[in-house]
Amino acid sequence: MIRFIIRRLLWMIPVLLTVTVVTFLLMHAAPGGPWDRDLERRQVDPATQSMLNKQYGLDKPMWRQFTAYTFGDIDDQGRFVCGAICGNLGPSYRQRGRTVQDILFGIPEGKPFWESRFGYSVRLGLLALSIAVLIGIPAGVLAALKQNTWIDYLCAFVANIGVSVPGFVIGLYLIIIFAVWLRLVNVVPRSWSDPRVWVLPSLVLGFNTMAFTARLTRSAMLEVIRQDYVRTARAKGLAEIKIIVGHMLKNALIPVVTILGPALAGLVTGSFIIERMFSFPGIGREYVQAISNRDYSMILGSTLVYAVLIALANLSVDIVYGFLDPRIRVE
Amino acid sequence: MTVPQTAVEFDLSRPPRSLLQDALYRLRRNRAAILSMLILLTFALIALFASSLAPHNPLKLNDGLGYLPPIWEKHALNGKSPDPRFLLGTDQLGRDLLSRVLYGARVSMLVGLTPVLIILVIGTTIGMVSGYIGGQVDNIMMRITDVFYAFPDLLFYIILMVTLRDTAIGNLLNGLFLLFVALAVVSWVGVARLVRGVVLSLKEKEFIEAARCVGASNLRIMLRHLLPNCVSPLVVWVAFAIPRMIIAEATLGYLGIGLRPATDPRSFFITSWGALMLDGNSALNVQPWILIAPSACVALIVMAFTFLGDGLRDALDPRMKGTF
Repeated sequence: MIRFIIRRLLWMIPVLLTVTVVTFLLMHAAPGGPWDRDLERRQVDPATQSMLNKQYGLDKPMWRQFTAYTFGDIDDQGRFVCGAICGNLGPSYRQRGRTVQDILFGIPEGKPFWESRFGYSVRLGLLALSIAVLIGIPAGVLAALKQNTWIDYLCAFVANIGVSVPGFVIGLYLIIIFAVWLRLVNVVPRSWSDPRVWVLPSLVLGFNTMAFTARLTRSAMLEVIRQDYVRTARAKGLAEIKIIVGHMLKNALIPVVTILGPALAGLVTGSFIIERMFSFPGIGREYVQAISNRDYSMILGSTLVYAVLIALANLSVDIVYGFLDPRIRVE
Repeated sequence: MTVPQTAVEFDLSRPPRSLLQDALYRLRRNRAAILSMLILLTFALIALFASSLAPHNPLKLNDGLGYLPPIWEKHALNGKSPDPRFLLGTDQLGRDLLSRVLYGARVSMLVGLTPVLIILVIGTTIGMVSGYIGGQVDNIMMRITDVFYAFPDLLFYIILMVTLRDTAIGNLLNGLFLLFVALAVVSWVGVARLVRGVVLSLKEKEFIEAARCVGASNLRIMLRHLLPNCVSPLVVWVAFAIPRMIIAEATLGYLGIGLRPATDPRSFFITSWGALMLDGNSALNVQPWILIAPSACVALIVMAFTFLGDGLRDALDPRMKGTF
């Protein structure tokens, strides 16, 4: 098992390195430097520009910039400054005086860590995942137990919509219904400390995953429901609830667990659209902002953070799956 | 006296059905799939004939007629009253929304189809060669696909669109060309894996051996014997890939980095549904209607493709029926 985990961890290295190289090259292929893109503001004069370039290390050759960014470099005083592998994502080009990691992970003075932008996004993602699992799995179980009744058809209908319609389209409709017509909630809440305002964004974020989980649980349940061991369990007089949880669900959940990895990754990458939609103060909104500002260092840094998150999400599910199904470990 | 005779003849005279006819028969009995096909056909016709269907020029600015509500909304939130000339109302600059939505179908249809065709060619070639030759070639190719597979695709689209937007490639076809490339570069991996899987499972089979015995060349074996066996999984893959492309376009448009809405009336692509949603989102409180039409179109077209994909999968491979 340990060897399996280590192998999976090592596999992350080429993936993350490719992400970094590709992103880095594309950023450099973009026309124009980082300083001449404030179209509405006064242009930076050449002297200041070269000074800025020197300060940010942009006067060095490209391979040197890349290694400096990824691994680290020796600065003018001869000290070693660690790069992205130490979590140092460099200064933001637009929000001068702040580093990328400070914007993404910085904790406001005197607040707990979940008040950072990253903390907000993690909370939203976990909430969405729990909605997806806590509603999706019971709905799938219920639909399978009551196969071909109205409950089954209702679940199938909602799940079909949820699987095919993209999350942000569902989100737009929910906003129009609840915020614009019924005026039950504000589109942009005044404060995120009220737990009620979290319901809509996390529901929207988790909707696709919920639908997918429900569909998968249903088909997995239908497969085990007619197994001999279920009949045996009934024959020995076990309570129905014990049969469902202990005999059926235990086996039906294995395929569900496997999709939770891609689902978690989907929640991570899907979040920036939802965050933008609700003006949610997480890293996703910061990322979208960086896109429209062309804040290249910020885009590069956030992409790396996202890539790490996705890789970790996939890894964690591989590990869980390895525990559940010993055959995977051997392969 | 002749009655039993004819009964037997009747029974035996049923023509044999090929696999394809079998599949078509099953598909035709699937009502959801048929309805989806009709919806898709409608969208295709709208996309082709948008210029004659649109009631107005989608680029004409109507001064003072901005943010008009649709005709059935008598008491609009912004206090304006509807104009019967503009069925779905107008946007900020007074451009007819219905016309713009109709033109948007062009982009979505093309975004769904073009990258998928590119992907099919690249993915099938790589998967076929990799699976057929095997050995070290296969090993290297599969390591490369592994890296691509783990690459977060939406992030890649975004980065590619942001960085290359102002270059010559980024300006081709209002930015659509770059979008096609972005979508194709990431997604060929799925096809390559699919085709490789089929080839690996078949290449040791007797019929391939027989073909080799009679002296068929490698190319002939790949094209005549292996490729036809890949067709049905590929058809299903295409039906599910097209909506993914459409969603990606709408997402990028909504983030403001998809197609550039045109101002040149000679341009074939005027605007996309994603770009319209972005317009609507900025006017959410005054004109929620701008959002509704394009997002309903995206939802409808994506659902139609998904149901058609379900139907095709059930028809081509009945054993898969009922699984997700």
